[in-house]
Amino acid sequence: MAKQVTLTIDGKQVTVPEGTLIVDAAKKAGIDVPVFCYHPKMEPVGMCRMCLVEIGRPVIDRATGQVVKEADGSPKVQFGPKLETACTTPVSEGMVVVGASEKVKAGREDILEFLLTSHPLDCPICDKGGECPLQDLTMGFGPGESRFIFDEKMRMDKHVPLGELIYLDRERCIQCGRCVRFQSEIADDPVIGFYQRGRSLEIVTFSEPGFDSYFSGNTTDICPVGALTTADFRFGARPWELNNAASICSQCPVGCNITFNTRREARSGGRMVIKRVMPRQNEAVNEIWICDKGRFAYHFTEGGGSGNSERLTQPLVRKNGELAPVSWDEALQVVAERFRQAGSGLLTLAGGRLSNEDLFNLRQLTQGLGGQTALYTQMAGGDLVAQVGVGQGTNFADMGAGSAILVVASDLHEEAPIWYLRIKQAVERGAMLIVAGARPTRLEKYAAHVVRYPYGSEAAAILAMLNSLSAKRPNLPEPVQALARSPELQAAAKAFAGAQNGLVLYGSEGLGLEGSQALAQACANLLISTNHIGRANNGLIAVWQRANEQGAWDMGFRPRTDLAEAMKSARVLYVVAADPAGDDPSMAEAGEFLVVQELFLTDTAKLADVVLPVEAYTEREGSFTSGERRVQRFYPAVPEPAGLKADFAVTGQIGQLLGLDLEARFASKVMLRIASQIADYAGLDYVRLAEVVEQWPIVGRGDVYYGGTSYENSQGLGVQLAPAAQRGAAVPLAWPEFASQSHSQQASAEGLLAAPINRLLDRGQTVWPSTLLHSRIPQPYVALNPADAAVLRIPSGAMLQVTLNGTARLAAAHLDENVPQGVVLVPRSMGLPIFGPAPVEIRRAEVVSA
Amino acid sequence: MSEYLLLRHRQIPDIGNLTVYRQNEGFQAFHKAVTSMKPEEVTEVVKASGLRGRGGAGFPTGLKWSFIDKNKWPHYVVANADESEPGTFKDREIMENNPFQFLEGVMLCAYAIQANVAYIYLRGEFWQIAAHLDRKIAELHSAGLLGDNLFGTGYSLRLYTHLGAGAYICGEETAMLESLEGKLGQPRLRPPFPPSFGLYGMPTVVNNVETLTNVPLIIEKGAAWYRGYGTEKSAGVKIFSLSGCVNKPGNYELPLGTTFRELIYEHGGGIPGGRQIKAIMPAGASSSLIVANEQALDTPMDYESVPAVGAQLGSASVIIIDESVDIPWLINKTIHFFKHESCGKCTPCREGSYWMMHLTERIDKGKATWKDVELLKDVATQIRGKCLCALGEFSIEAVLSGIDRFRQDFEARVGAREMIETQP
Repeated sequence: MAKQVTLTIDGKQVTVPEGTLIVDAAKKAGIDVPVFCYHPKMEPVGMCRMCLVEIGRPVIDRATGQVVKEADGSPKVQFGPKLETACTTPVSEGMVVVGASEKVKAGREDILEFLLTSHPLDCPICDKGGECPLQDLTMGFGPGESRFIFDEKMRMDKHVPLGELIYLDRERCIQCGRCVRFQSEIADDPVIGFYQRGRSLEIVTFSEPGFDSYFSGNTTDICPVGALTTADFRFGARPWELNNAASICSQCPVGCNITFNTRREARSGGRMVIKRVMPRQNEAVNEIWICDKGRFAYHFTEGGGSGNSERLTQPLVRKNGELAPVSWDEALQVVAERFRQAGSGLLTLAGGRLSNEDLFNLRQLTQGLGGQTALYTQMAGGDLVAQVGVGQGTNFADMGAGSAILVVASDLHEEAPIWYLRIKQAVERGAMLIVAGARPTRLEKYAAHVVRYPYGSEAAAILAMLNSLSAKRPNLPEPVQALARSPELQAAAKAFAGAQNGLVLYGSEGLGLEGSQALAQACANLLISTNHIGRANNGLIAVWQRANEQGAWDMGFRPRTDLAEAMKSARVLYVVAADPAGDDPSMAEAGEFLVVQELFLTDTAKLADVVLPVEAYTEREGSFTSGERRVQRFYPAVPEPAGLKADFAVTGQIGQLLGLDLEARFASKVMLRIASQIADYAGLDYVRLAEVVEQWPIVGRGDVYYGGTSYENSQGLGVQLAPAAQRGAAVPLAWPEFASQSHSQQASAEGLLAAPINRLLDRGQTVWPSTLLHSRIPQPYVALNPADAAVLRIPSGAMLQVTLNGTARLAAAHLDENVPQGVVLVPRSMGLPIFGPAPVEIRRAEVVSA
Repeated sequence: MSEYLLLRHRQIPDIGNLTVYRQNEGFQAFHKAVTSMKPEEVTEVVKASGLRGRGGAGFPTGLKWSFIDKNKWPHYVVANADESEPGTFKDREIMENNPFQFLEGVMLCAYAIQANVAYIYLRGEFWQIAAHLDRKIAELHSAGLLGDNLFGTGYSLRLYTHLGAGAYICGEETAMLESLEGKLGQPRLRPPFPPSFGLYGMPTVVNNVETLTNVPLIIEKGAAWYRGYGTEKSAGVKIFSLSGCVNKPGNYELPLGTTFRELIYEHGGGIPGGRQIKAIMPAGASSSLIVANEQALDTPMDYESVPAVGAQLGSASVIIIDESVDIPWLINKTIHFFKHESCGKCTPCREGSYWMMHLTERIDKGKATWKDVELLKDVATQIRGKCLCALGEFSIEAVLSGIDRFRQDFEARVGAREMIETQP
């Protein structure tokens, strides 16, 4: 623990660790020092000069080294001639800080007067008005009237797009540099900067496309004026009109805590609508940041029950070959009757965007009828995560020197940007990062060791690491042995084994179900063998493709490799939050009777016999379990739309019609049942999930100037589950089934293997409705090595016919020398049917002439 | 001046030729230092000589070198050749005409702090001088005075020139380091100071060209010899760049402690047309205006005496203002310069210089009232003590001293306006 230092701030005695800045020490003592450029998450720069305070230091006698005393015995304190910046000055023993004197007040007024000379004072039309640090501090400390002649103000551009997502108002900018520093220090996307100097200083972007960063939206939260606004929210509403609802981002397994800002508005027909997504502080999950997907991709939830969107509004039952609207009673009766008849012939297929409560009810219903459940996913290993997942209390913020992080088969920058951000910061604190991948990814920049393997050898690479550590070498196939001979891999393995804490994140790049199951097992073996399980900051994390896949595993759902056959042979197929027919036309042949429970009329829903419309997660409550196995609550952001029900309620009501004991009214009561029946969730309830503790830095209170407009978390930090290993269960090693197939065996006649990759912004159902993002989403494409392209005579950008799993689709050719030869990278959810590594045929599409 | 120490080309015209420089004891100090002195001994001699920084701050040079953090390596030397202060043109003459003495000074400093690389940061307009220095540096490499294993001692040193892009602020040492690193030229927070956190975060000594040019002779002839020039606390000689309303403007190398009167009337030939001297700006645009009365003229130009008449010696770019010059006009010109050169990093300087420019412009154009003069004074006072670096702090010196000491000039400007306003 750092040495403690005691000082006095405005008469209040404060004890803080050595090295703390005065501004933070004051904050901890409940004293606000006004700031613009300082931000507790970034290095101080002392630019805005707003935080000026008087600082006195005890006088030390040079001869004796003792503090000189006044006549009354108190230490003699010497104040400097000038005001000093509280944001750049570290505390020292016996320091006396005065922030409430007339001198300091005058200094603050001076600085505010300067800032306001160039400010347009357009608060009445400014998006920041109402939550603006400049506005608030001017009210608190500013001069009452202007001495600067209005006509002498500098006129500058007010609508400068820095990209499609973020707009700059140059007149409002006060040159605090928070955005520039965020992009370079925190996001490491230094794509904006200062141009010119003096009063002409302006923020510019120098990337193509403009402001090319997945974290750009955060700059609008920390901007202390209305200079940076999002294209999504600007001129959308005034902050004081907004209600807020705590929620969890549903776009990836990180589980970022967010707040939906909503308002009831005329232009939406008097309905309550979401106006924007703001980060909500959870220092163990997302700190005070979110990625741009989380911020902008929420639009898929809109229009529930209004008929103004693609959302389903009422139950549909197929009559005379057509889907016809019916009442809920009728639809549920039809479904219940069919389920009864099907009995064990019922197959329930659920997607990972459902809440724990939905999944629990689905499992209860299906098991109650003797049917089978399946998880619709392309990634496996959730059972292993439940055993050797990260220990309770795991927090990337606690990882630094002594921690080793291994990322395998995942491009984290694309798949879970906030984990990327936090791992980068852990490395900056001294953590050791190993990135194992088949191609270079952005995270490798921070890696101490890079392990390169050919696609198909993901598990082999991890086993090779393990093998290189062990004297007794299990008889492993030759590919493993070959990898194990690589000195870089051996060094990485040694470093991982020797670290105090070891964490593994595995993903699904280049993998399908079998491959990811093998990889998860290999990772589990490495963790078990190196004793990196059952403790905080140790264990396994799955980089799932959807927000609650871990929850689905925990509720008992498992993917199945024979899904297509099972679907065909099921008597009744109940598809919830999944669209297999949309993803792959060959899955369109369902069994005898198909029930689809959905937000949209998906391709699968179009084939259904009954379609049950449900509420978006913003219209109800529930819980998700993150990749770090943190169970977190989300709350309704907008009222329940008429005519729609929550998934768990639909399932519950079907169950009740069948005489099963299911909860159909309150999500909170479903959680109580989960807690009583699922060991890992024992003791959980919605009250516990809503518990909070004080977090540092303090954000989101009255003083938005300090931390920005991120919301304070008063609705729950969630509960991280203990994995079996932490609860004392024995976790034996198991040797994975080896995909001994090499490339040549899997590849097509042309020798090309398709490897799936994951993109942050894809054409999936929960992204595409956000039209703002379209400019950042390319046309369907595949990526291949220029050498392969040369052989096939494919120029860059050429339109290709890509045949995968028997389906031919058009896609553009992206040439990328980082793609290994013989491999075609196929992004998931981009219109091409890819589920795992598969042979692929590509040829130039014939130009159709009229 | 009987003998030049810095502007030696005035006595030895070809000293810019390496052979001639070496014939005149050139590089003997460097050879002596590298082959027979410990690095700390070099620093000690410089410390003992009383040499103070000639860039403006007057900080003891040897003391600065001794602050270098010996626990962090590598070390760097950066020679500040950004010479941007209005009225300063001394470093240019040294580099153009006596380049080897300057380069030897850089090399001695590098040896003293055991730097193997030194940079010479020149203002962008000095591109010809940079090319000139590059040729001289190449000659030193050929002559075995730069490179690896110098004089067989294992010490190696390389020099590089670097051109700025035309910003006054890059003469501020931390902004210069930023610029040298390829970043936007804005000053850093201090502390930490360059001797502990300088170029690329490494311990760095930044010295002005003139300061470094003193060093070879100090090492060669000793600290006591150097102390024979100047005053006790301001030892040595100084190049005074004399400009403005004076018959013979130019660089004058004189011992510190020479009076203004001697510089202006004996060396500078007095005021043109026999006009009356009115004011002196002893440190370029960053200077307060001294009322040029008898007492001021008899003030010795050294680091201690000039403050007594309400200014600083700074880089000793002495600008003479005579009775034909109107002070509001002068202040307006000065503030236009600071507004143009403010880097924009800190609020008071960025906003304050812009505001002051509008006020001085109005005052100078006769479109202001006395209230505007008072406001100008307020704004300048408001800037004082709140800036991130010295540029902002210095930008107000001329304004405040101008209004206080030449009030009648402002009254005259404003009076005209007030008369117009009161006319029917």
